[in-house]
Amino acid sequence: MALKIVASTCSGCSACEPECPNMAIREKGGVFIIDAAKCTECEGHFDSPQCVAVCPVDGCIKKV
Amino acid sequence: MSATTAFVSLGDLRQRRRAVSGEAPVSGGRSSSAAAGRSGCGSAQGPQDMAPEVWEKVRNHPCYSEEAHHHYARMHVAVAPACNIQCNYCNRKYDCSNESRPGVVSTRLTPEQAVKKVLVVASAIPQMTVLGVAGPGDALANAGKTFETFRRLRAQAPDIQLCLSTNGLALPDHVDEICALGVDHVTITINMVDPAVGEKIYPWIFWDHRRVTGREAARILHERQMLGLEMLTARGVLAKINSVLIPGVNDDHMIEVNRAVKARGAFLHNIMPLISEPEHGTFFGLTGQRGPSAQELKAVQDACMGGANLMRHCRQCRADAVGLLGEDRSEEFTPERVAQMEVVYDLERRRTYQQEVEAQRQAHHAATVSAQAGGAKDAGQELQVLVAVATKGHGKVNQHFGHASEFQVYELDAAGARFVGHRRVDHYCQGGWGEDEQLPSIVQAINDCHAVLVAKVGACPRDELRAAGIEPVEAYAHDFIEQAALAWFADYRGRVARGETVHQPRGDARIRQGAFTNRAQAA
Repeated sequence: MALKIVASTCSGCSACEPECPNMAIREKGGVFIIDAAKCTECEGHFDSPQCVAVCPVDGCIKKV
Repeated sequence: MSATTAFVSLGDLRQRRRAVSGEAPVSGGRSSSAAAGRSGCGSAQGPQDMAPEVWEKVRNHPCYSEEAHHHYARMHVAVAPACNIQCNYCNRKYDCSNESRPGVVSTRLTPEQAVKKVLVVASAIPQMTVLGVAGPGDALANAGKTFETFRRLRAQAPDIQLCLSTNGLALPDHVDEICALGVDHVTITINMVDPAVGEKIYPWIFWDHRRVTGREAARILHERQMLGLEMLTARGVLAKINSVLIPGVNDDHMIEVNRAVKARGAFLHNIMPLISEPEHGTFFGLTGQRGPSAQELKAVQDACMGGANLMRHCRQCRADAVGLLGEDRSEEFTPERVAQMEVVYDLERRRTYQQEVEAQRQAHHAATVSAQAGGAKDAGQELQVLVAVATKGHGKVNQHFGHASEFQVYELDAAGARFVGHRRVDHYCQGGWGEDEQLPSIVQAINDCHAVLVAKVGACPRDELRAAGIEPVEAYAHDFIEQAALAWFADYRGRVARGETVHQPRGDARIRQGAFTNRAQAA
């Protein structure tokens, strides 16, 4: 259970990074990536995945 | 007296603070209606109409003082890429160095890189007096980076004023830190005071760990904006309100926005045209929502002149713009170049240079006052016209027609000369030197003007301007703008009175949509 950021559509805005309760998001080469091993899709923390809720690009963050 | 960028005296601000806090006004104080644009507080001119502490805050700030914007420069550093709301006129994915509009930026900077860039620019452009964080996202959605930049800069360049701009959602949480860091100016973008209007502008906000949509999103945003503005006013921070004018969405509503922000102590209200083209990839761009024409914008601004004081010299600049408001020198300060430059922060040299700028500014001010006084003598004349002016700064008619990337527009009548806006006609996206191809678009941009005042103009454009009914005027080259404009106006009225010229009304003009042209499309 994890999410991933589609690099080709990521604008690199960084909005997702501080919202992640698991510190699973970091910058790599101008875009952001999710560490699948750390991602819980925010289960147990929030009602919905925070990175998806804050991301300005529709469809940029998907289930693995 | 100029009314277009009039300012509020501290007395008015105090009055509004009382209004906000519910205190009774002290008798004998100025009523807030006295601060209305047209009345005697038209202090784009100088300190006489403003409390000293307010004047000190705005006098060198090009975005807060219409007069200062002829003389002082600002820069934005793009340290704030993230945003906490989505606006239908914004798409931050799009990045083109040939395009100029808010939210667009070429390179994001860390706070450390940003401070180095500011110090380098401050040395190269000593009249740069203001640093702003304006995105490309929201300054306060990236509060850590924004405040870190301010803290570092305060330590190294204490003479530079700090400002930030925000959509207001996170503002109430950060007012304490804004005050603690000595940020003198905060701009809030407020496009509506009614959630029913707001839901057409904002598809969603990120709030309390949820994506909130629809009217609920607009309601929360509205409440946070009003609360933030009231908190700033109560703490004595100058707040400027930016509003994007969206025809058919919030144009009829703008007067209510103006009233609401004025009642909460906003210092200036800046009503800007929507920038909207399909190639920007914004919701409004893709759905064909158009921006206002020049006269539509002016009509709304004029209607709001009795309310909060209006600002009309905004250039809607990029989040990494550098220079005087009408110019953008960001290309000279790319990260690669800044990395190689040595920082020599010479405060003394900056002060000396700014003294020279101040002397020029005083001369400009004196010339304007005497010209306006002269203009008022001929009261009774009904004529009111617009003129376009080509200027490189210092408040003078000092630019060649073909070199102008924008024209400043002044309204002239028996009351004097008032700055009412500017029109972009950039050519920097054109390959080659396309004065001829550009001409029809320049005519469109200043088509509501009776004359264009320039330092010089070539024979070809001169004939074409005349054919379009716009009088090219070189006679006042290097004079101060207001003086030149009123001298031309006196001459024009003389010609009309003698029957040599038939006065005819002009049409509307087109507002240039960003600087997106050939080269960017080809790239």
